[in-house]
Amino acid sequence: MGEIATDSPFGARDHARAMAGTRVEAMPTLPASDAVDLPLGVTADLVIWEETLAAGGYATRRIDRGARLRLTDVRGDAHVSMLVFNADNPVERLNVADTVKVQWNAYLGEGSVVLSDMGRVMLSLLEDTSEGHDAFCGASNRRSNARRYGDGFNHGAHPNARDRFTIALAKHGLGRKDVHPCLNWFKPVHIGVDGSTAVRVGPFSPGRQVTLRAEMNVLLVLASCPHVLDPRPDYALTPVRVTAWRGPPTPSDDAIRNATPEGRRAFLNVEDYYAR
Amino acid sequence: MSQALINLAGEVVCDEIVPARAPWTHVVRAGETLRIIDLEGNQAVDFLVYSVADDAERYSAQDTIAAQQNIYLRVGAVLLSNEGAPMMTLTSTAVAYHDTIGGACSCESNTLRYGHHTKAQHACVDNFLLANADYGRNKRDIVSNVNWFMNVPVEADGALGIVDGISAPGLHLDLRAEMDVVVVVSNCPQINNPCNGFNPTPVRMIIAA
Repeated sequence: MGEIATDSPFGARDHARAMAGTRVEAMPTLPASDAVDLPLGVTADLVIWEETLAAGGYATRRIDRGARLRLTDVRGDAHVSMLVFNADNPVERLNVADTVKVQWNAYLGEGSVVLSDMGRVMLSLLEDTSEGHDAFCGASNRRSNARRYGDGFNHGAHPNARDRFTIALAKHGLGRKDVHPCLNWFKPVHIGVDGSTAVRVGPFSPGRQVTLRAEMNVLLVLASCPHVLDPRPDYALTPVRVTAWRGPPTPSDDAIRNATPEGRRAFLNVEDYYAR
Repeated sequence: MSQALINLAGEVVCDEIVPARAPWTHVVRAGETLRIIDLEGNQAVDFLVYSVADDAERYSAQDTIAAQQNIYLRVGAVLLSNEGAPMMTLTSTAVAYHDTIGGACSCESNTLRYGHHTKAQHACVDNFLLANADYGRNKRDIVSNVNWFMNVPVEADGALGIVDGISAPGLHLDLRAEMDVVVVVSNCPQINNPCNGFNPTPVRMIIAA
């Protein structure tokens, strides 16, 4: 493109248009139905979103009740922090304390549910081929990235998850007060009997996946930044691919829905919320 | 000197009893110490902190846990904000550790944990919402809170729960403010789990400047 003169509007236009068709790893798939590598039984016409986030990337999207969201750790060293809101009323949001307390367990895995602060299931975890996740350590911020990498500015080489969340939320008219405690996918944190946290950063085998089902209309915010306790000094991280497709709302005989009395009531609360 | 003021330096600028089940809020200026006394024992004190200068900056359980690489608050623990700044330091505690992960009870989470018959019961989130409403804050401002005097063990397989407390009548803790903060408390009204020994009781709040 260097040979195209940009000293006139038409020259600048030609220069810009010559970029068409450039492909990089971290970009959205448009139309989403061009997505490949779909699960068995999911046809291309059902796909509503596909996007690959590189190290430091972020994305935000509304997906509706019944939709599935699959996160793929493409090369084995992905980490993604997530905020979840009720898309129709964002003052309702993920509550990590209720999520672990109501399930009487600290760890998310296949069959777990993600709860809002209004006693409802926002997401359920259909499939998980990873080693585990983290509901305790939260998002990196400017200070924590500065300590690890020398700087943590959003405009620098080591953007932090809190700034990425803030930017994504601003695009929905939401602000700093809406950056709530988050979930961290793909880097398992274990709690010792003395309360100590131990993160395993891998790298793990490529292709690990988490598939979530939206139980409400949710607004998702994803920030692909290193785990805040990742000890490596070099902003080590590989891309995460996000794929979402339409699906039916959860039936009353669903196994996750019926797994526990607490979960059953959380699904009941969802149905009550959508009753018209 | 009364027992309640032992080893508390400075002039007492506030000394209030928070009735059972009630909210409480107060500014604590940088350098001042807030003492919380568990008057009758095993009374969970749900606790949020906001910066006076900018209340979008507030206590963050996750930042606090990540920085100390531990979910419990023990003596010396620093409560960090969502932007990683020190807000308060636990300078003294007669109870070995306190909870950061259990969150606050709400009418809604009570329906999950105990059943829909508990929906009308009073809950900490209602206390937080009412106390914060006086400052123009709302549910966006409710984040994971500290639970002083509350015991939430995590077992090897991840099993966790609010269990019998390890506090006792008259035990206290001291928090030194590292910036000017607004403290918002819910003296927990929960009666369906052991966090208050199934009997909510008053606590005493003393601020020394």
